[in-house]
Amino acid sequence: MSTLTPAAPQSSTHARPGSTRARRGKTRMDPTRNNTAAGIAAWLLALLFASPVVWMILTSFHSETDAATNPPSIAANLTLDAYREFFGETSGVSPWPSLINSATASILSTVLVLVLAIPAAYALSIRPVKKWTDVMFFFLSTKMMPVVAAILPLYLFARTIGALDNIWFLILMYTSMNLPIAVWMMRSFLAEVPEEMLEAAQIDGANLLLILRKVIAPVAMPGIAATALICFIFSWNELLLARVLTGVVAGTAPVFLTGFVSGQGLFLAKVCAAAVVISLPVLFAGFAAQDKLVQGLSLGAVK
Amino acid sequence: MTTATARISRPGHTAAKPARSAKSRERAMAWARRAPLLPALIFLIVVTQLPFVVTLFISFLNWNSLSPTKTAFAGLENYVTVLTDPDLRQAIFTTIVLTVSVVLASLLTGLGLALLLDKKFLGRGLARTLLIAPFLVVPVAAALIWKHALLNPAYGLVNGILTWIWSLFGNTTPPQLDLLSQAPLMAVIVSLVWQWTPFMMLILLAGLQSRPMETVEAAQMDGATPWAIFRHLTLPHLRQYLELGGLLGAIYIVQNFDSVFTLTAGGLGTANLPYAIYQTFYYANEYGLASAAGVVVVIGTIIVATFALRTVFSLFKKEAAR
Repeated sequence: MSTLTPAAPQSSTHARPGSTRARRGKTRMDPTRNNTAAGIAAWLLALLFASPVVWMILTSFHSETDAATNPPSIAANLTLDAYREFFGETSGVSPWPSLINSATASILSTVLVLVLAIPAAYALSIRPVKKWTDVMFFFLSTKMMPVVAAILPLYLFARTIGALDNIWFLILMYTSMNLPIAVWMMRSFLAEVPEEMLEAAQIDGANLLLILRKVIAPVAMPGIAATALICFIFSWNELLLARVLTGVVAGTAPVFLTGFVSGQGLFLAKVCAAAVVISLPVLFAGFAAQDKLVQGLSLGAVK
Repeated sequence: MTTATARISRPGHTAAKPARSAKSRERAMAWARRAPLLPALIFLIVVTQLPFVVTLFISFLNWNSLSPTKTAFAGLENYVTVLTDPDLRQAIFTTIVLTVSVVLASLLTGLGLALLLDKKFLGRGLARTLLIAPFLVVPVAAALIWKHALLNPAYGLVNGILTWIWSLFGNTTPPQLDLLSQAPLMAVIVSLVWQWTPFMMLILLAGLQSRPMETVEAAQMDGATPWAIFRHLTLPHLRQYLELGGLLGAIYIVQNFDSVFTLTAGGLGTANLPYAIYQTFYYANEYGLASAAGVVVVIGTIIVATFALRTVFSLFKKEAAR
């Protein structure tokens, strides 16, 4: 909201260039040298942190014999064998059903989350109910309850009504898992809609639908997209609920991955290929949401 | 905006209609405001609060699904078992060690990285992207990579690099690590720190970038050393962000299941409470005991959460007031 009051940003843009110029003029050498050192250090650490990911990708393109060597064979020939193996060329076990289950569970639960969270966030920011902060903290407190504290009754309930190994039950679980986070994120994004614009639209006689479409949507759209991507990531990653509530039919990709927990002879390249394939949607979603990732992950507390 | 319409329409109505209908109108308005909120609220209460009430109930039962005829009221027996059984006590201890060490280590590393990324240098955007990558690997996949590709004692990358470095100096007997069997909890901690550092870094970097630069520049002009600026300006400003990152991280890491399950299968003292509870109800079928342990986790989380909520609340108020 604050960014839209015209006075504040202008004063800061006035102050910034002047002061940077002053600083640059005064101590010319030091900042540049510091920055080079910091840059080198940051790059080294960035490479160190990324190296397991790079190694995972590289190994997934190696043959099994080249993958499991000590010292590592970095320059070994590249091949797609591990991917063929992962997709079940010799074993005949296809990961596709689990990937499709994961996609179904993640996408549908995200849609459900948005359907529930957007109106809720509207009632917490644009036309707030009384004591809306209490409601916000109730939502947050449900997120703090560990899944393990509720999983047994959910499991027993699913078994009783015959919903075990049913993707729809998992979708509902993921919806409840992400709903509190989504409400918090959406509220922070909807709060950015300028009040003056809402009032102006109201006075011009625009109805609710028009206001939603013309005033709120354009401002909130990037936020809605980021919320959706983050919810998608959390659902896609989830293991405990999927492991307990699904089995052969509705098993998700992380459950499929647990098949690689114990070693099976020469299978390192195949493990890496599996990890790459299953992480790809998360990597894409994460980088797509990169700009709003912090705001989302901090539940809108940090911008 | 609503107040505007209300003000325009009200004078005429209140004059013409009796007080009671005005009151009911107001009530209807209040419900109209609440209506969009209700589906989400009801859904969440049904799916998260009700099951917990059931957990609470089961925790007072002596219930093993393998011998259903012996199901009976057990009083506090399950809670006594949770707090005295050596395995479950170990699980409580492991949960605390795991959470505290991962949160602190990833906060410190994240702070260091955020301070570096706060400076301008060539390819900063790309370095930032590379640093986020660990957070964007599916946790089970990340744990598998650590287990098989990095920490495997025979052909993992860590030992491979040790062999390679030692061979550069003509040494054929390099030291070889076997973290997974010699210090399994350390293996879990290291892999989790790797995954959570980017999260902390992002929050702290946002905190650094929201610093009022005018004060920092004024201090620089006055000849303050970088350390003095960090100690007296940056750190106090970052305090809230450190707390927020630490507490959000703690909430997620207390619940960690994937890494323990994948890296060590809970062996050698690495079973934390989520894993132990999973084992207790899924394999041992001790429903009452598992529920009591679940309630213990909730109590622990409430203690942490009280602090978490306070921090989030103060940041939240600040943002709302701006």
